[in-house]
Amino acid sequence: MKVALFVPCYIDQFYPQVGIATLQLLEKLGVTAHFPPQQTCCGQPLANSGCERDALPIYKHFVQTFQDYDYVVAPSGSCVYHVRKHFDKLEQTAEVQHVRGAAYDLIDFITNVLEVKELPGAFPHKVGLHLSCHGQRGLHQANESEMTPVRDGQLRRLLASLDGIELTHLNRNDECCGFGGTFCVSEAGISARMGQDRVADHVRNGTQVLTGSDMSCLMHLEGIVRRANMPIRVMHAAEILNGLTP
Amino acid sequence: MNHAIRADKFLLDADRTTWHDETLWFVREKRDRAVYAVPEFQELRELASQIKDHTLSRLDNYLMEFEAAAQANGVHVHWAADATEHNAIILDIIRQQGATRIVKSKSMLTEECHLNPYLIKHGIEVVDTDLGERIIQFRGEAPSHIVLPAIHLKKEDVGDTFHRHLGTEKGESDPQRLTEAARQHLRAKFLAGQVAISGVNFAVAETGAVVVCTNEGNADLGVNLAQVHIACMGIEKLIPRLTDLGVFTRLLARSATGQPVTTYTSHFTKPAEGREMHIVIVDNGRTQQLGRPDFRASLKCIRCGACMNTCPVYRRSGGHSYDFTVPGPIGAILSPNIDMKKHASLPFASTLCGSCTDVCPVKIDIHTQLYKWRQVLGEASEIPASKKWSMKFMGRLLASPRIFGMSGQFARKALRLLPHGLTHSSAFNAWAVARELPEPPKQSFRDWYQQQPQSIEQPQHPKVPV
Repeated sequence: MKVALFVPCYIDQFYPQVGIATLQLLEKLGVTAHFPPQQTCCGQPLANSGCERDALPIYKHFVQTFQDYDYVVAPSGSCVYHVRKHFDKLEQTAEVQHVRGAAYDLIDFITNVLEVKELPGAFPHKVGLHLSCHGQRGLHQANESEMTPVRDGQLRRLLASLDGIELTHLNRNDECCGFGGTFCVSEAGISARMGQDRVADHVRNGTQVLTGSDMSCLMHLEGIVRRANMPIRVMHAAEILNGLTP
Repeated sequence: MNHAIRADKFLLDADRTTWHDETLWFVREKRDRAVYAVPEFQELRELASQIKDHTLSRLDNYLMEFEAAAQANGVHVHWAADATEHNAIILDIIRQQGATRIVKSKSMLTEECHLNPYLIKHGIEVVDTDLGERIIQFRGEAPSHIVLPAIHLKKEDVGDTFHRHLGTEKGESDPQRLTEAARQHLRAKFLAGQVAISGVNFAVAETGAVVVCTNEGNADLGVNLAQVHIACMGIEKLIPRLTDLGVFTRLLARSATGQPVTTYTSHFTKPAEGREMHIVIVDNGRTQQLGRPDFRASLKCIRCGACMNTCPVYRRSGGHSYDFTVPGPIGAILSPNIDMKKHASLPFASTLCGSCTDVCPVKIDIHTQLYKWRQVLGEASEIPASKKWSMKFMGRLLASPRIFGMSGQFARKALRLLPHGLTHSSAFNAWAVARELPEPPKQSFRDWYQQQPQSIEQPQHPKVPV
């Protein structure tokens, strides 16, 4: 099984520790992932801004970079969702179809490809789980409150398998954090307000460590937490599952 | 003025924003409980979606079937290509009656066509009889929600309005007493109404009947007291058979307000003895939307408002921030069809979280259509030039690993070296108005990776030169 690690552009530049945790976690699960250094981005920031045409060279570059791997694993559901859903704009060659199907969010890969249902380790903290919309509603990694009252999902199960962990019960289980890519600057007011409301839900319900499997949501939420000096630590789920302590 | 600027105005009153958000979230949760209680709800959505797809695919046939059936019932059927024709047809009917007093129940179509100001200009008194509509009519405002038109107002605001217009006591904010004042006021209007105008929730092709769903019974009261009933409908309101109706009535009220069904579901098939019934069928841009394959499905909308109640942007920016008859996510995909330039910012007033798509009772892919409208707007250069050029620049940068690596290093260094006041200045950086930037690490992931012992084998045929 040839597995490539896709480290989204902002993680590469601002959150290298998340890429490292992803690589190490996979290694612990018996998967040696390779990081093709020519990789850049999935093109989503451009396409979400209405500039899909300008993103096409990025899409092609992405496919060329990853076409020789069986799986492309990324610690970001949003990028994976973009590759799977919106690379339909490319001519659907065998390579393009392969890469679209091979792209996996880290947690999805652990759950459905490696079929790992629980992980060893302890994390004796009160953890608030932030579900990213693209992972949840896009990639169906967790139940949606629009459909069912049952709160279940891949990451919830993996986290719950850690000793001593307590998951926060939120008032709004899966409301969007307001990041939204370029939305966070083009609609900065609403974006910030959504993030503040999301963090307040965690604070109100006792979250000590806020986590999720999509670093873009967490980058936004962390920015709000740090600005307001809130007593919350933000960590990517890969870091927790890899055994890092807050 | 774009959506973001109007949203910022709404956000200035933080407490009111909280109240607005929580009020609509309460409705969303009520909807959730009603949905969870129906085990076959998802099957109903699928069925409704397919019925609407089918109907839209043969709309011309169903419209003609409907017209023939309605005419056979003794109903006058009128066709209006646009708002101007719609308004002129209605004024003409009113004048033929020599009428001057109109009672009108809820109709987003007449809002869309700006019927009220048109009739008033021509000397006709128009009274909106839906309570929420009457409140905003007193205030000279547009509805801020398609089901809950006055949802932007608190009971104290309504008290002020009724004090001014209905003479209730100053400071009165008890909902029951305010509603009673409106009832007494509206009763007189109902009794005096000569022509009743209603909207249409569903039009049944097979029977020629129109179905109107209300909670207040105001449509029934208006229609049954007036000499003439005019029902106004968009061409997309059709369903093929009466047996299809149950699918939609089960979905509509649950999705809208969490009720199992609206209090009144009234079927208007033919005029009573000696009375008149008219149906005005309106296009007003709908066939144009039907001709857009990517956006056609927006015409499946049954106007339940669930996408508004669930939308985290709508709840925090208010319906008026959309500046279109139908606000919220569904409005954001309908409005560019009407005026692409004016409404260019609406498809961007979303994080594409997809909750709208998930609550939509007829399974309109709303968030995908928002994404697709963005591409149409981008191609038509209806996005800010600064955005267009920065995206072009970014496209070049991200297609080249070398430039990407270099500029990342540069940005991290700049962030580390420049003073916080500069990197976080709200003048240059919208991110930093309410958020800290990430703390820039010394090393990127790729730098770290290159320093690791390379025990990992590369694939056999790397096709891209590094």
